[in-house]
Amino acid sequence: MSKTIVEKILSEHSGTDACAGDIVVAEIDAALVQDGTGPLAVQHLQKLGMEQAAKPERTVLFIDHAAPSPRKELSNAHKILRDFAKKTGAILSDVNEGVCHQRMVENYMNPGEVLIGADSHTCTAGALGAFATGMGSTDVALGIASGKTWLRVPETFKVYVTGEFKKGVYPKDLMLHFIGMIGADGATYKALEFCGPTIDAMEISGRFTLANMAVEAGAKAGLFNSDETTKKYLKERGRGEAWRPISADEGANYERVYEIDVSELEPTISAPHMVDNTKVIKDVEGIRVDQVYIGTCTNGRIEDLRIAARILEGKTRNPHTRLLVCPASRDVYLKAIEEGLIAKFIVAGATIVNPGCGACVGVHGGILGDGEVCLATQNRNFRGRMGNPDGFIYLSSPAVAAATAIEGVIADPRKYL
Amino acid sequence: MIYKGNVWKFGRDIDTDAIIPARYLKTSDPVELGKHCMEDADPEFMNKMSKDDIIVADENFGCGSSREHAPIAIKAAGISCVIAKSFARIFYRNAINMGLAILESPEAVDGIKAGDEVQVDTDKGEITNLTTGNIYQAKPFPEFISNIIKQGGLINYTKEKVKAQAK
Repeated sequence: MSKTIVEKILSEHSGTDACAGDIVVAEIDAALVQDGTGPLAVQHLQKLGMEQAAKPERTVLFIDHAAPSPRKELSNAHKILRDFAKKTGAILSDVNEGVCHQRMVENYMNPGEVLIGADSHTCTAGALGAFATGMGSTDVALGIASGKTWLRVPETFKVYVTGEFKKGVYPKDLMLHFIGMIGADGATYKALEFCGPTIDAMEISGRFTLANMAVEAGAKAGLFNSDETTKKYLKERGRGEAWRPISADEGANYERVYEIDVSELEPTISAPHMVDNTKVIKDVEGIRVDQVYIGTCTNGRIEDLRIAARILEGKTRNPHTRLLVCPASRDVYLKAIEEGLIAKFIVAGATIVNPGCGACVGVHGGILGDGEVCLATQNRNFRGRMGNPDGFIYLSSPAVAAATAIEGVIADPRKYL
Repeated sequence: MIYKGNVWKFGRDIDTDAIIPARYLKTSDPVELGKHCMEDADPEFMNKMSKDDIIVADENFGCGSSREHAPIAIKAAGISCVIAKSFARIFYRNAINMGLAILESPEAVDGIKAGDEVQVDTDKGEITNLTTGNIYQAKPFPEFISNIIKQGGLINYTKEKVKAQAK
């Protein structure tokens, strides 16, 4: 029978002929927890007397949500993860390394594999042609200990993308547009499969952005073909031998097909307080912004920083707008230093924040004041997200973020490109 | 399992940051988390609600983060059960794993008002509005899910199973 990408991967991992709707027990190739969800996972395993990892070399414990720790309670939570790593041989990704999802694709995930993670944006790794999904601490704890998990094989929505992006329009704009179109629960329980000529031509960084936000439409996973672009990325990361091609079979069964032509797409923004509350740039231009945040697992990669630096070079931030720049990982940070981007940001008035999730998730390093407005390149703008229920968060591409930092109000980046 | 309580109503897309804001995730202690349940959706919620009350919400309840702290906070706050038109995927699985009873019924959500007294029978999937006398049918839990909830969650359930196998 013809299969979608997710049916193929879950068939291989369950030893069955898995079709959408089936419940399978799947082998897990890799598992992750972070410092918000990991301590609870470890405590669950302690309760069961099962403090063990079936695959310690593919179990990664990330200290990224509060890195470095802003308070003693979180420092103590970090100790739980460090102790578990020592006891089981699992990998510890400490405060200097960066955001879990960026690090997973940089170092640990390969096409055709299954990843479960106690973080909703675990779906990022789907860009490499893997099945990657977020779960709670209990599910991931039992997955770590046993090397298996149960899954309902999701139906797939095919997202077929054509056309060329106009200048100043990026994959982030496409994803915000798509979520605005289908709604925050438009793909609940489903897998999204992104394909078509625009996706084939898209660099890996843009694919990570799309896969990362699959969960913002409620999806279980966002998947891509593993192709020459995937191969090139894995080679760059020293894992060329792990590449294999993956794509859906001709005639695979899709519950729905969405066709999107990006050639008429405008810079797109999500307005408070839901990701699907999307607007085109001209409808939100001019709104005063107190803080701009460039970074996160959605848009904190070197390609994103290059776009922002190009716009900010030789300019300075508006005096009433704070500009925070947070490279998604240590490797991105180093590369940005080598390329001179960090110096450009600092000259433009930016504060460089340690790689991590702190401001995005509202733990530390950029909490909003009452009534303040932030424009961020992250994936979520829920009320209270950045640490204050009285703050307002707009989401955008790094280009809009950089232009906004210069003008102090939400701004169209195209005049700077 | 039968639950009975007064209803608090919420709208659509109640996200995990509204259920338990990340600024309180410095602990996984249920009592501490319970104190801040629903705080960013309704800052007064914990002062108003009583033990065994029921949350009734529109579509996509629990969207957002994978934090298990969300169903833990709801349960620890004393809420007996959540009825919604639909639940976000990760929250749904987490709620069962934490032993929090949840039911999907769009008709019940439309037919129940804030303050109504409601009785829920999860084995039958029956939701009775005691204030109006209307009865709504949701899908009942399969037996193993019922057992997970009765034992207070997947960890206790697994522990009991492991114990039983050892005997």
